[in-house]
Amino acid sequence: MQQPEPSRRRKLTPRKLPQAAEIEASVRAPVARGVFGRSGDVAVDRTPSPTTTTGVHPKPALEGAVLVTGVCGRLGKLLARELHRTDRVVGVDRRSFSDRPKDIVHHQVDMRRKKMKDIFRGRHIRAVVHLGVLHDRRRSDRDRHAWNIVAFQKLLDYMSQYSVPKLVVLSGANVYGPQPNNPQFLTEDAPLLGAQHFGGMRDLVELDMLAQSFFWKNPDTDTVILRPCHIVGRVHNAASNYLRLDRPIMVMGFDPMMQIVHEKDVVHAIQLALRPGVRGIFNIRGPGEMPLSHMVRRVGGRPRTIPSPLARMALDQLWKLRLSSFPSEELDHLRYVCMVDDARARAELGYAPSHSIDRVLRDVRRLRYRLS
Amino acid sequence: MAQRGSIVPFAGWRRPRLLGESPLRQVARSVGDRVVRFAEDVIGQDIDARIAGIKTYPNEVGQDPFGFDPDTSRYALALAALLHRRYFRTQVYGIERVPSGRVLIVANHSGQLPLDAVMIACALMLDADPPRFPRSMVETWTAELPFISTLYPRLGQVVGSPENARRLLRQEESLIVFPEGARGISKTYDQRYQLTDFGLGFVRLAIETSAPIVPVAVIGGEEQYPSIGDFKPLARLLRMPAFPVMPQMFFGMVAPLPTKYRLYFGEPFRFEGDADDDDSAIEEKVWLVKSTIQSMVNRGLRERKGVFL
Repeated sequence: MQQPEPSRRRKLTPRKLPQAAEIEASVRAPVARGVFGRSGDVAVDRTPSPTTTTGVHPKPALEGAVLVTGVCGRLGKLLARELHRTDRVVGVDRRSFSDRPKDIVHHQVDMRRKKMKDIFRGRHIRAVVHLGVLHDRRRSDRDRHAWNIVAFQKLLDYMSQYSVPKLVVLSGANVYGPQPNNPQFLTEDAPLLGAQHFGGMRDLVELDMLAQSFFWKNPDTDTVILRPCHIVGRVHNAASNYLRLDRPIMVMGFDPMMQIVHEKDVVHAIQLALRPGVRGIFNIRGPGEMPLSHMVRRVGGRPRTIPSPLARMALDQLWKLRLSSFPSEELDHLRYVCMVDDARARAELGYAPSHSIDRVLRDVRRLRYRLS
Repeated sequence: MAQRGSIVPFAGWRRPRLLGESPLRQVARSVGDRVVRFAEDVIGQDIDARIAGIKTYPNEVGQDPFGFDPDTSRYALALAALLHRRYFRTQVYGIERVPSGRVLIVANHSGQLPLDAVMIACALMLDADPPRFPRSMVETWTAELPFISTLYPRLGQVVGSPENARRLLRQEESLIVFPEGARGISKTYDQRYQLTDFGLGFVRLAIETSAPIVPVAVIGGEEQYPSIGDFKPLARLLRMPAFPVMPQMFFGMVAPLPTKYRLYFGEPFRFEGDADDDDSAIEEKVWLVKSTIQSMVNRGLRERKGVFL
């Protein structure tokens, strides 16, 4: 396939030339070799002025920083804690990051604000990791769209404007959607049909598509799209919450094969994706797949099997009464298979899950809800 | 914890934690074990040894990635073995022609219910040495049916998609394919043993994965449920490929007629060429397979003495 011409040329943005003393200081500063493996090659180019650095112990500026959006989510925090040992980390989130390590710079801003541009202008951003996707189904569609799509478009604009060389987007295997005619293992080329029966997935599919078009339009930026299967662990997402239930619902007569992956494996995959030269779409798979009923029993729950129409009606009512956090469309995940093939991630990214299934399920169980 | 004074009846009631399995499961297991023992006595073969003898490709947690479950399959194999040996009294010819490693087993489809697939699978499990574990590609709509969608993967059946077939053949498994599909199985009685159009996908698949194709002629399937017509409106309503009208149902005979099955395994075809070739080039190879199966069927029909003999 021929790559389209980049629509936006690299703009030479006016940047403050660093003073001689600053250059000297930055060259003398100890260089931490980060995940990028490069150091020193941009020392003269974009050293931020000391006034904009708010971190207490900033890493040497010549490394370039990793901007993590949605850093206050559990996955974001995990990633920030892993990354800040080797790289400068700039976090962006609407929420506050109170217990952050001291050398992480956090900006509590809305990504749609102008402040975002200042962050790109003021700091030398080497890579952007986009985790800030709002999945809350209770929010209105308009809210979610504005946050997920409009904000992401702005982010992409800034990225091409300031020619950031790396973008990592965390999408998910759910963009393929659970379908009865799915092959057992979906490859990266499979169509994204997740929104076909579940409107709540529309944003994630659109985000994935936006990232894909960015991949083609900006060949200078190494764009990586990660599509992990259900991320579980101490995170609060639908899959983890489901596995923490004492009596989770299963649809009568259906027992699909399931894949789960530990949150730390996903963080590791993101770190691998941040290496220079890595680009493309990668499915991320956990340590083996097993039937849903086995998984529920192994995590200590006793499944409650309900016929599909009844489950749908009950969940609709419970959802309306705000007694359940699972919309009934998500029942398709309990009926049909939606598993991914991670051969490409293993070959090109060098990824392999390091947490065993027992470890993954133990970490899920730790936060088990006790209703009594 | 019992909540004293709660206005909700049985608010504090919890089912006592069961030790191990639920009673229902225990009963099912003991009944299943008896069926297996009975089948072993009848056919004179060790079913568990046959199940243990097949080669599987488990993932990191010891599960088959396609959902095959040996515990469920041994019951199914016991029941199928009784059908195979006693009810349909199947005779198998040329099973030794099935090569080891990846193979596509292509057969004519008949009989309203896919019992022909069960018979071929049984022959591969019980008559082949060492036992071959066959996968068959099932219709997509079975994945939407409750219980069936759980049962089929546990028995090793896979939803028919080219990606699945490719993956299975690459890991050296054997696949049963009916290129006639739903057209073949829902034939009416007047069209018995006349092969309908074959799809082209299986030859492309064989060329792409360089898998040999073993043609199989199934005799006896057409007479198990003679059908006199296809009630299309009801089929559309139930979203089934066809709704056959079977006279034996009017007399309350739900079970298939005990016809005698004969399975003829032919010499394997090994095709070479380009998998993305023109339809015309592929059609030639498909025609070769189809005409071979048709002539094997015709020969089998000439040789047999009677439908039930």
